[in-house]
Amino acid sequence: MCRLFALTSHDPVSPMMAIKALDVMKEGHDGSGMGLMLQGLGGPFEEMKEAPILSGIFTEEGIRKLDLFMMDQGFLTKYKISLKTPKTQVEGIPKRNLYLIRAYELPEGWDPLSQEEIAERLMMTRLKIREMGEEKKDMMVFSFWPDTIMIKEIGDPMQLADYLGLDRKELSARIIMAQGRQNTNYAINLYACHPFFIKGYCTMTNGENTAFTPIRDFLSSRGFPGYVGYESDSEVFAHILHYSMVGLGLGIDAYKHVITPLQDDDLQKHPDREFLGHLKRTCRPLIIDGPNCVIGTLPDHSLFMVQDRKKLRPGVVGGRPGL
Amino acid sequence: MSSNRSLEPSSLSLNDLPWQIRYNNDRCTLCGQCTAVCPVKAIELKVFQKRIIKTSVQPEKGHTNDYDSFYGIRQKTRVENACIGCAMCTLVCPNDAIAPVKNPGLDRLKFHINQNGIPRRRGGRRNSSDSILDRIKFIRISMLTDPALDAGRHEFEMRTLLGRVLSPRENMKRLKEKGWIPPVREIYPLIIGGMSFGALSPTMWEGLQMGVAYLNEELSMPVRICTGEGGCPPRLLRSRFLKYVILQIASGYFGWDEIIHAIPHMKEDPCAIEIKYGQGAKPGDGGLLMWHKVNKLIAAIRGVPPGVSLPSPPTHQTQYSIEESVAKMILSMSMAWGFRVPVYPKISASSTSLAVLNNLARNDYASGLAIDGEDGGTGAAYAVSMDHMGHPIASCIRDNYLNLTKIGKQNEIPIFAGGGVGKNGNLSANAAALIMLGASGVQIGKYAMQAAAGCVGTEEDRCNVCNLGICPKGITSQDPRLYRRLDPEDVAQRIVDLFVSFDTELKKIVAPLGRSTSLPIGMSDALGIDDYAAAERLSIKYGV
Repeated sequence: MCRLFALTSHDPVSPMMAIKALDVMKEGHDGSGMGLMLQGLGGPFEEMKEAPILSGIFTEEGIRKLDLFMMDQGFLTKYKISLKTPKTQVEGIPKRNLYLIRAYELPEGWDPLSQEEIAERLMMTRLKIREMGEEKKDMMVFSFWPDTIMIKEIGDPMQLADYLGLDRKELSARIIMAQGRQNTNYAINLYACHPFFIKGYCTMTNGENTAFTPIRDFLSSRGFPGYVGYESDSEVFAHILHYSMVGLGLGIDAYKHVITPLQDDDLQKHPDREFLGHLKRTCRPLIIDGPNCVIGTLPDHSLFMVQDRKKLRPGVVGGRPGL
Repeated sequence: MSSNRSLEPSSLSLNDLPWQIRYNNDRCTLCGQCTAVCPVKAIELKVFQKRIIKTSVQPEKGHTNDYDSFYGIRQKTRVENACIGCAMCTLVCPNDAIAPVKNPGLDRLKFHINQNGIPRRRGGRRNSSDSILDRIKFIRISMLTDPALDAGRHEFEMRTLLGRVLSPRENMKRLKEKGWIPPVREIYPLIIGGMSFGALSPTMWEGLQMGVAYLNEELSMPVRICTGEGGCPPRLLRSRFLKYVILQIASGYFGWDEIIHAIPHMKEDPCAIEIKYGQGAKPGDGGLLMWHKVNKLIAAIRGVPPGVSLPSPPTHQTQYSIEESVAKMILSMSMAWGFRVPVYPKISASSTSLAVLNNLARNDYASGLAIDGEDGGTGAAYAVSMDHMGHPIASCIRDNYLNLTKIGKQNEIPIFAGGGVGKNGNLSANAAALIMLGASGVQIGKYAMQAAAGCVGTEEDRCNVCNLGICPKGITSQDPRLYRRLDPEDVAQRIVDLFVSFDTELKKIVAPLGRSTSLPIGMSDALGIDDYAAAERLSIKYGV
C-alpha cells in the first residue's frame, strides 16, 4: 500500500518528521521508493523566496549539460545543497552521481515579465531539461519552482533518509509532503514517483486510477505543454488540479466535483446543482473512478485532501497549534 | 421430372437447395399444419406411390407386384419456393415429423435467384458470423492494488450523454453569460436503433414501445428507441412517451408531414432527431419498403399511396454535400424544436467517415454521430449490398474516437456504434468493447428482434424474408394473420428482460475493471485481442 503523509507547521521542521511518520505506517514490503516535497523552506532558502529551485538527479555528464544549458538561458546559481552519499552502497538504493538542489537567479531579461509569464517559462525550462535527459537518462528533473524542493529515490524511506542525510539542518520546511511508494502496477521509474508537481500545484495519491487512459487522453489533447509524462496513473491528479483551477478558473472546492462528482440523486438536492451538473457533464472524462485519496498543495501553500466515494481510502486530518 | 424430358436452366434438385426438408412419414399425422404455416410454400401435400414386390418360394407361382399409394410431404424445388430454413414447420408439427436441414454441400440456388433479371433482395444482414468484437477480451482486471468491485452490490452509474457537450471552458463561459448551451440527454448506453413502422409490424412496434416505456417509468432506466424512417403514429407523437423516442428523418422524408404538423400539439420534446444519411447493411443505398408491406395504415402514416414500393433515395435530394447537410438540415431540425432537441446524423461506417466527423466537430449544432457498421441489419436490401458493401464497425469507431482525441473533442461529440452488436449473442461484451474503443453508446436492431420477438434469422442465410411481408413470426409483416402471432405484451416483457440482463452483464464486465462511477468510454487499456495486426489497428493490447 502507498503511504502518504503531509504536514504544515508554523516553524520549519526537518523532513525526518514526515519520514518517521511514513515508517510508522509501514506494513509489509514497501521499498520501491519515496518522494518528498518541501515548501515554505527554512534555513538558507528562507532568504530567497523568489529564486526558482531545481530539484533532480544528474550524472556527471548530465550536470555539465545542465550547466551549459542554464548559463545559456541566463540563469545564475544562487545557492546549492549537494546531497553527498556514503561510499558504501545500500542494497535496494541505486547508485547515483548527484542529487541536485540548486537555487537560481532569474535571467536578467526576465525582470519586466509578469508572474504568469515567469511561471510559464519556468515550466518550459523544466520540460526542456527533462527532454534533454530522456535519451541518455543523465538528467532527471522533478521541479523547478521557487521555494520548492523535491527529492525522489527508490528504496526504503528510512534507509533512504539515512543514505541521503536528510536530517541535515539546511533542510527544513513548513509544508512537507511524503509518499512511500509501492508502485506495484508499473515498472519502477522515478518519473512515476509521487508527489507530482506542475506550476505550484502538487499532489500525491493513494489508490489506483482505473480511468487513467481516457483522462490522459483528455489532458494530452488540451494543447497545454505541461500535460505530459504520465509514467504513473497518479500524475493526472496534479494536472487535473491545475486544469480545473487555472484552465477553468475554478476553486479548490470544485476539484472534488471534477474528479469525483456527486451522484445524480445527490446532485439534484444540491443548492448549486445547475453549475455542478454542467461541471459533471463537461468534465466527464476527468472522473477518476478511483478509489483514491489525493493530498496536495496549491501555489498559496494551502494543503488539501480529497477522497472519492467509491471505496474509502483512509485519510486522517489532525494536529495541534503550530504543527 | 421424367428422365426423358428437357431441362430448364433453373431446374434444381433438392440437392441444389440451401435448405432441405427432412420428413418422417412414420410420425406424420397429415394434419397439414406445416404446409399451412410455410411462408414460402416450400412444401406441399403429395401422393406418393409405393411398389411392394411379393416373392414366392414356389417358382411355379412366380413373383407378383402390389402397387399402393400413400400421402406425404414433398419439398418444392422451384426457385421461388426454395425452403428458407425458418423451421416454422418444425415449430407447428405436433409429432416432430419435419425439420429443415442446412445443405452440407454447396447449394446452387444462388446462381438462379435472379429470375426475370431481378437480383436477390432480402432482409437480415451480412451472411457471415465472423466478429472481431467477439475476439476482444477485457484483460485489465483490477487485482491487488485496487481490488475489483462487487457487481452485485456496488452502485454503478452506467449512463451516457447524447448531445453536444461543450468544452468545459466554453460551457462555463456560456453558463455565466446565460448563452445557449446545446441540449444534452442523459440516456442508457444501449439504444434500440431505427426500425421503422412499416418495416416492423404494428404488434412488434407496439411491444418495443411498451417495453421502453416500462423500462423508463418502472425501472428508471433511460432507454431510448429510434423510429427509423417511417414516421411515427400520431397518438405517440402527442403522448408523454415521445420523450423516449428518437425521431428519424431519412431521404424519403416519410411521415414527416405528420410529424411537423404534430409539433404544436406535442406534450414533450422527442429525445433527439436522427438524420439518416446511411445504413450499415446497405451503405450508400436508400431505405426500401417493398409494396407487399405498404398497406393502408402504413401508407397513411407515411403520407404515400398504398401498394407501391417505397425506395428512399441514397442521399437527401435537397442537399449537395455533407457540409450542406450540417449547415442546413441540422439547423432546420434544431430550429423546429426551438434548439431544445439534439440533432445528429447517422452514417454507414466508411473509410471516409473521418471527413464527416471533422465537419461535425466544427458545428455546435451537431449533437453526435451514429455510425452503422457492415453487420447492421435491414428489412430489405439487395443481397449484394448486404454481403459485400460496408466497413467493419470496430476500426471505424476507433479511428473516429482517436481522431477526436487528437483534436481534443472526445467528450464533445458522442459517437454511437451500431451494426452487428451481439450478432452471435454476445451483446454486452460487444457493447462494452465498442464503448472502450471510444463509442458513447451502442445501437441494436436485429438483436432486439431476435431476443424480444424470436426472429429466426441467422448469418447462415436462414429466413431473411423480412422484405416480403411474410415474416413467419409476425415481426416484419403487415398481414394481420401473421402479426397476430406476436403479442405486444410478450414483446415488451422480453425487451425488459433484455435490458435488465444486459445491465447486469455490463456491470459484470466493468466491475472487475474497477469502473463504476462513469461509463468507461475510451478505456482502451482494458482491451486485448489475440491477433497482432488487429491489436495494432485498434491500438489495443495484443494478448495471446
